[in-house]
Amino acid sequence: MADSKEIKVKEKQELSSPAEQTTPGPTFTPEVDIFETEKAITLLADIPGVKPDKLNIDLRDNILTIIGDIEPAEGADEEDVVIEYETGRFYRQFTLSEVIDQNKIDAKMADGVLRLNLPKVEKATPRKIAIKAG
Amino acid sequence: MIYRRFFGFPTLESRSPFAEIERLRRQMDRLYEGWPYQRPTSGVFPLVNLTEGRDNFFIRAELPGMSSADLDIQATSNSVSVSGERKIPSESKDAKYHRREREAGKFSRIVGLPSEIDPDKVEANLVNGILTVVVPKAQAAKPRQISVR
Repeated sequence: MADSKEIKVKEKQELSSPAEQTTPGPTFTPEVDIFETEKAITLLADIPGVKPDKLNIDLRDNILTIIGDIEPAEGADEEDVVIEYETGRFYRQFTLSEVIDQNKIDAKMADGVLRLNLPKVEKATPRKIAIKAG
Repeated sequence: MIYRRFFGFPTLESRSPFAEIERLRRQMDRLYEGWPYQRPTSGVFPLVNLTEGRDNFFIRAELPGMSSADLDIQATSNSVSVSGERKIPSESKDAKYHRREREAGKFSRIVGLPSEIDPDKVEANLVNGILTVVVPKAQAAKPRQISVR
């Protein structure tokens, strides 16, 4: 295959009118990949700069909310020379179908990537039905 | 339209009846030219924030999902280059994607610095997906306090 392609610049998606925020600063929508296997649905979100203890995952009424707070990275005595991106909290909401077993959701964070595992309810996993002869 | 001139004599000069509206439209277009505000960037991945302290420059970039092994940072006396490859590990074969927004691939970027730096003392760390490169200024470029006698 040819060399892997080059990444293009993608501006961070800023939320124009989120619900009332208690902390000042812009809010961004993180990029996510969502894929499904037989047993579970997995969500991967890019949230650079969020420490695991500042990550808030809320689940109620079938709505999954991901909120990641960040601390400003710059020190107090630094002056800006070139600023190409802003930092702010990350926020994204999803509606889960009833297929998810909400008690077994687990989350892992590494290198600024959140991996959320949403296992499917037992009866929703496809099962082959054996046909007995006779 | 009939215009009055200074001397009070009306003239029969006719302008297009839409002249006023045209003028207004041109003014409104000028008003909206800079909106929404497009932050000027270099257009190269990754976007960086370059800040300056007393003795160091700081270069920061958001690189989620990168390990330091896939990152290559080099420094000359007036620039720092950041290159590497973001890899997204492939999942199991039977995975079906509902959404795919994250991108993977190679990147390479040079950040020029406004004053001379010391390439031997450059340090970098990658924490939680944020790359921070601390670039100390060269001795000659550091500000020196001058006392007034």
